[in-house]
This record gives sequence, structure tokens and C-alpha cells, in this order.
Amino acid sequence: MIRIQKLKKNYKNVAALKGIDLEVDGGELFAYLGPNGSGKTTTIKILTGLAKPSSGDATLHGFHIERDAMQAKRQCGLVPQTINLDHELTVFENLDLHGRLFHMSRGERMDRIDELLEYIEIADRRNSPVKQLSGGLKRRVMVARALMHSPRILFLDEPTVGLDPSIRRRIWSLIKRIQQAGTTIFLTTHYIEEAEFLAKRVAFLDEGRIVALDSPQNLMARLGVWALDRVTDGDMETAYFQSREEANRHINEQKGSFSLRRVNLEDVFIAIAGKRVL
Amino acid sequence: MLLRGCLAIYYREMLILRKKLFKQMASMSVGPILYMIAFGFGMGRDVQVQGRLYIEFLIPGLIAMNSMTQAYAIASEINIARFYWRIFEEFQAAPIRNMAYVTGEVLAGITRALLSVAVVIVIGLLSGVVLSYNPWFWLAIVLNGFLFSSLAVCLAMLVRSHADQALLTNFVITPMAFLGGTFFPVERMPQWAQNLLQFLPLTHAAHSIRSAAFGQPIEPGSYGLLAIMGTVLFVLAFYCVTQAKE
Repeated sequence: MIRIQKLKKNYKNVAALKGIDLEVDGGELFAYLGPNGSGKTTTIKILTGLAKPSSGDATLHGFHIERDAMQAKRQCGLVPQTINLDHELTVFENLDLHGRLFHMSRGERMDRIDELLEYIEIADRRNSPVKQLSGGLKRRVMVARALMHSPRILFLDEPTVGLDPSIRRRIWSLIKRIQQAGTTIFLTTHYIEEAEFLAKRVAFLDEGRIVALDSPQNLMARLGVWALDRVTDGDMETAYFQSREEANRHINEQKGSFSLRRVNLEDVFIAIAGKRVL
Repeated sequence: MLLRGCLAIYYREMLILRKKLFKQMASMSVGPILYMIAFGFGMGRDVQVQGRLYIEFLIPGLIAMNSMTQAYAIASEINIARFYWRIFEEFQAAPIRNMAYVTGEVLAGITRALLSVAVVIVIGLLSGVVLSYNPWFWLAIVLNGFLFSSLAVCLAMLVRSHADQALLTNFVITPMAFLGGTFFPVERMPQWAQNLLQFLPLTHAAHSIRSAAFGQPIEPGSYGLLAIMGTVLFVLAFYCVTQAKE
């Protein structure tokens, strides 16, 4: 379980987080969304011990991130946005090093590496140097590395950024499997459909504050079911409707070029914050 | 927990070193070979310094210099890990103390220093120079490695890019290599220069290594100074790693 209270972070004169309050249940798949610079990565950095909060508190399964830092770090695995595998080393060596950093015994490390390589389906690349792997494989190795010490919480910071759609779907499937095995997942993403597909609840972050927090279905239901985009003079207006018939009546009454589609989480964010997530 | 963390960091550095061992050893031998050809053989076999052949005088100096540059070279490895591969984040997210990180890196620096000394000793032996490799000799090298790898961790944490690191090397290591008693006796310099050079750790390292290698009485003051300066830099390295978190 993740519990965050009044968390603030200032970088010199910039307030990156302006007081975050949040609870994520054990075993939940939670998505943390927002535009660039909204504070998503800062939150993850604070929770995983990479940055210090300016004020506020956070606990991971009851361990305070500063007072019980070592115990708190053991609770979480981190897959950062940038690939940070040791490219000089092989897949096996990267996982083994992580196990050593988390004080696992040799026997535990060997068993876990075998298990994880099978789990993420790259057992045949065990002794490949990381620099020879594709972007998608590197991401999977990063997930395996983060899972090496069997964390109860997995932080995924933009885990599919830069990957092509088919590989992205494989990563989604892997994330679902990890969550179904009981791990809490805290996910940040730019891909709205990723959050819609994976998350039980989402929080929208804007300029260091949470502006909405609910299940994707509930958030979207507040707007309607159908979204009608109308392009006028290079600008786009969107209207929301509960039924398709209602939207069609609107099209017949108005002039212009229309596009009818289902409401998504991007619409919710635009409606709340007045800007796009991307 | 401190030991396990430290060993994990050391293990990583040794893995990298093992993978590049042949290249590293070749690289460690280039400088000494060139200096021996240029200064040792170039000046002629008959030149004597402090009552010994110049080549005999030179080898301990090269040992001091090579152990310094190789211990300090971990700064580059840390920078590559930090700015290029971003592996430093992986260390920071792990439940290891900053002290364990610093100790692991410093041990890796000392290991590199010892390897580089072995390379110079072999080159010396091939040139017919046999010196006394007694415990005082090795202690001076370990202290030299300890001091310069601690300095390397400090500076690696302070710089903001790999280019800054190269700049610092030019300002810190290069002058020390030439002025710290490597190629000539410091006693031949003007008094004011001698006074200044006493502040350079390499002056004491070269002097201690040379005295031990020649079987002469050692100067405990130089050993003590290296140990104190090394400890101060080690504590500073710990402080710099803690600060680097932000």
C-alpha cells in the first residue's frame, strides 16, 4: 500500500509538487497521468528514494520513505523512463548485480533469475550483452530487473515510451500478469489508452496537483459516452453526449465537419485542466 | 549490510574491468613505456640521479604516477555510469548506504592502481630493473590508490558532465604527474617550489615508493600524511555522494 500525505517538492524557485494526498491499495494497478512537467516523475523519484521531499510524508507498506528508507526501498521496484541497464554487462549480469544490491543470497539470485527470464520470455538471451538487445527487449529486462527482489510495489515510469504498438501490447500483458500475481503497480504514462486498458484507478496531475482521481469509467461517465469533434476555422470544439442519437441530432442541427467517437480519458483531462495530456 | 552493498558495487566495477582487461592492461602500459623510452633510454644509460641509474630512479616514479592515474580513472567510469548509462540511479534506488557505495568504488580504484603497478613492474623487469617490493612499497601504493580514488569519487559527484571531468583531470592530475617527483628529484627545484610541492600528495607517494623500492629508511610522516589526506577525501566523497542525490 502507498500512502502519500501533503507531499511537496521545490526545485529552487519551482514548485514541482504542491501538496499531493493519495492512497493506493495493495495489489492495485494505479495510473498517474499528466502532461510533461506536471510532477509525475518527481513523485516516483521521491517514493523510490531518488529525491528528497521538501515537506510531507509518504509510506510504502507502512515504511516511511525517509525514516525507514532502507526498508521502504526493499518494498519497491523501479522501471525508470530512461533505459538504465548496464550496457557493458549481459542480461544475466544485470539481474545478478541487482540481486546483490538488494542483498539476495547466491541461491536466491540464481533461482530468481531463471524464474524471471522464463517469465518475461527471454531465457534464450540470458548471456546476451544488453547493448545487443532491441528497445522492447531492454524494457522487458528492466521490468525483470525491477522484479528481481520480489518487490510488493512496482513503479513504472513511462514503461512503453518509444516502443512500437505490438511491443507495447506485450509489455501491457506483462504488466497485467505482474499485477494479477499480487504486486501493486504505480504507472505513469503519456499513452491514455494504456491507462484506460490497464488501470483500476487513475489520478490526473496538473502543475504539481492532483486534479482528478477515480476509475477511468467513472471519470469518463461524467462527460458522457460519445464525443463529437467539430473543426471550425482550424480550431476544434468537442461536445459530449450520453447517446449516439443525441450526437446525431446535434450533427443535423449544426453545419461543419464532424467526427464522432467514444469519450476517452484525454477528454476528461482536457475538460478538467483545459489542456492536452500529450 | 554495509559490506554486502560495498561488495555489490565492487563486483560491478570488477565485472567491467574483467571484460576490458586486455585493453586496460595495454592502456596502462602505454604511458610507462613511452616515458621510459623518452626519459629513461632517451637520456642515455649513464645518467645518474641520487647515486642510481636514471632508469632505476624513474621506475618508482612511474609506479607512483600510474597508480595515481589509474585510481583516479574510476572518476570516468562513475561518470559514464552516471551520465551515459544512468546506472547511478539503480544504486541510489537500492537499499545500500552511501558509505557502501563510496567504499566499493574506492576499493575498485585501489584494485586498478595495483594492476597498473604490476604492469610497470613487469616493464621494469624486462628493462633489467629489479627493485625491492617489500610491504612498505605496497603500503605506499595502497595509500596512494586510496587517496586518488577517494578524490575521483568526490570530483565525479561534483561535475555536471563528462566534459567537466576531463577539464578537472587537466587541472588536477596532469600537473601532479609532472611535478610530484615522478621524473626528477623534487630537491632539485628552487626552495619555494619545493615548499609548494610538499603539499602535493604525489610528492609524498613518489618519495615513499622510491624509498621503499630502494630499501632505504621510510619516512613515517609521508605515510601518515597520505593516510590523513586519503581519509579526509574519503569523508568528503561520502558527503558528495549524499549531496548528489538532489
